[in-house]
Amino acid sequence: MAILAALSACLPSAQAPGEPSTLTVFAAASLTDVFERIGETFEEAHPETEVVFNFAASSALRTQMEEGAAADVAAFASEKDMQALAESGLVDGDAVRVFAGNDLVVVVHPDSAAVAGTLADLAHPGVKVVIAAEGVPAGDYARQVLENLSSTLGASFGSEVLANVVSEEDNVRQVLAKVQLGEADAGWVYRSDAWSAPELRVLEIPEEANVRARYPIAILSGAPQPDAAIQFVELVLSADGQRVIEKGGFLPAPP
Amino acid sequence: MRREGSFLLRRSSARINPDASPDRALATARGRPVPLFVVLAGLMVLLLGVPVLMLLWRGLTSDPFHFLRDPTVQSALRLSAWTSTVATAVALVLGMPLAYLLARNRFRGRTLLEVLVDLPIVLPPSVAGIALLAAFGRRSLLGAALAPLGVSLPFTTAAVVLAQVFVAAPLFIRAARIGFNTVESQLEEAAYTEGASQWQLFRHVMFPLTGRALFAGLVLCWARALGEFGATILFAGNLPGRTQTMPLAIFIGFQQDLGVALALASILLVISGLVLAVLRKIESEARLY
Repeated sequence: MAILAALSACLPSAQAPGEPSTLTVFAAASLTDVFERIGETFEEAHPETEVVFNFAASSALRTQMEEGAAADVAAFASEKDMQALAESGLVDGDAVRVFAGNDLVVVVHPDSAAVAGTLADLAHPGVKVVIAAEGVPAGDYARQVLENLSSTLGASFGSEVLANVVSEEDNVRQVLAKVQLGEADAGWVYRSDAWSAPELRVLEIPEEANVRARYPIAILSGAPQPDAAIQFVELVLSADGQRVIEKGGFLPAPP
Repeated sequence: MRREGSFLLRRSSARINPDASPDRALATARGRPVPLFVVLAGLMVLLLGVPVLMLLWRGLTSDPFHFLRDPTVQSALRLSAWTSTVATAVALVLGMPLAYLLARNRFRGRTLLEVLVDLPIVLPPSVAGIALLAAFGRRSLLGAALAPLGVSLPFTTAAVVLAQVFVAAPLFIRAARIGFNTVESQLEEAAYTEGASQWQLFRHVMFPLTGRALFAGLVLCWARALGEFGATILFAGNLPGRTQTMPLAIFIGFQQDLGVALALASILLVISGLVLAVLRKIESEARLY
């Protein structure tokens, strides 16, 4: 115990008076770009606080927090993972706020000849498709959309596209990266991810088959920096924060 | 300095027990550890041991045998076992000749080559993954040249093996090189006086004498290949049955089902522990010769 105490005293979380305090935000991988921008704004307004982000799949972040990772704010791409946190008492379920929306698109590498221009191309044999793993919000949403599309594109469409999947990535940004590198022809990502990679072609999904992701945000019950956490969540929900989020290709928070 | 030290040691132990012979006094002094070291070493052991024990405890109490019936877990185990074995075979066939050349021949650029071969040992596996993508990816020069032949490496089981060879073969090559280096030169000279050719020297002298070192190197290489994660997930992706090895299944399991991750992790821990125990046995037997 003594050595653990000594070790943690050496780590940057230890605070000396006058040193900047650290606000730890666990955020869905799809929030990478917009939250970094909001973090900069926050640090300008609160120079005494440094914002540190942990970006990963919401499902992975949830496991980390359930296993005891210390965080102040959690911002997820799915309400399912936030509900799980509320059930285990890590956040106050009544204080959860939805701050953004998103839907899915398919991104295609510009040099890909295999995907000419329609969603139906994704089912052709030999097309390399990447998708987020099951359990990862973007992966679950993509599988839901594939099921929805089967009514218009044929009952076997979903299974044919899944048969073309060459990799199930651990978060949506890895899906995007595999398409940006050109290793895969197409990938299932959020509209906001496509927004951050303008060099890729975008295939729209018909609105009736698409999903509407809701992004919840909450302050952890055991937040080491509760005051800064409140200020950060207020900034995200403010007009300034919402403008950054919408500029990043997100949809307004669904009612 | 050294002589002075041993003189002091001998004199002080002689004072403690004037009847003891100097050798025995030295042995007694050796057997008594520095108290401070015992405390610090104990903390180190805790630091290494507690996580291992806790993982085993949580893994075994989460009913790993239930998860062993899961088809995803089974395919990850199977894929890991055979890709690591193929990677080790590649390391043997291509790595042993390289180790032999490095150990016994002097040529320009040898030191540079040694550094290159050792590099993957210290390289972060994620760097290895990006390097493999740069070399064999679809948009790379090699990848573009292979494409007309219908060959594309990323996302295939071959990519898994390639990643494992890249990170694990250097361990074997290093062990083999050191093994070949330790063969005494008199044995070589004797073989030459008998009129042995270079090939006969290798076949009848060097290979039998370094057998244990080579085997130990292969075991280490296999264990490293089994644990390979970073290069695989970047270069080969993650698809159950095709590229999802045990370490990848553990990582993905962490976000889907912690029970699967714990069960697989404790299985991998047990396998790695057994491999290291075998390695120790080989090494201690080798020392008897």
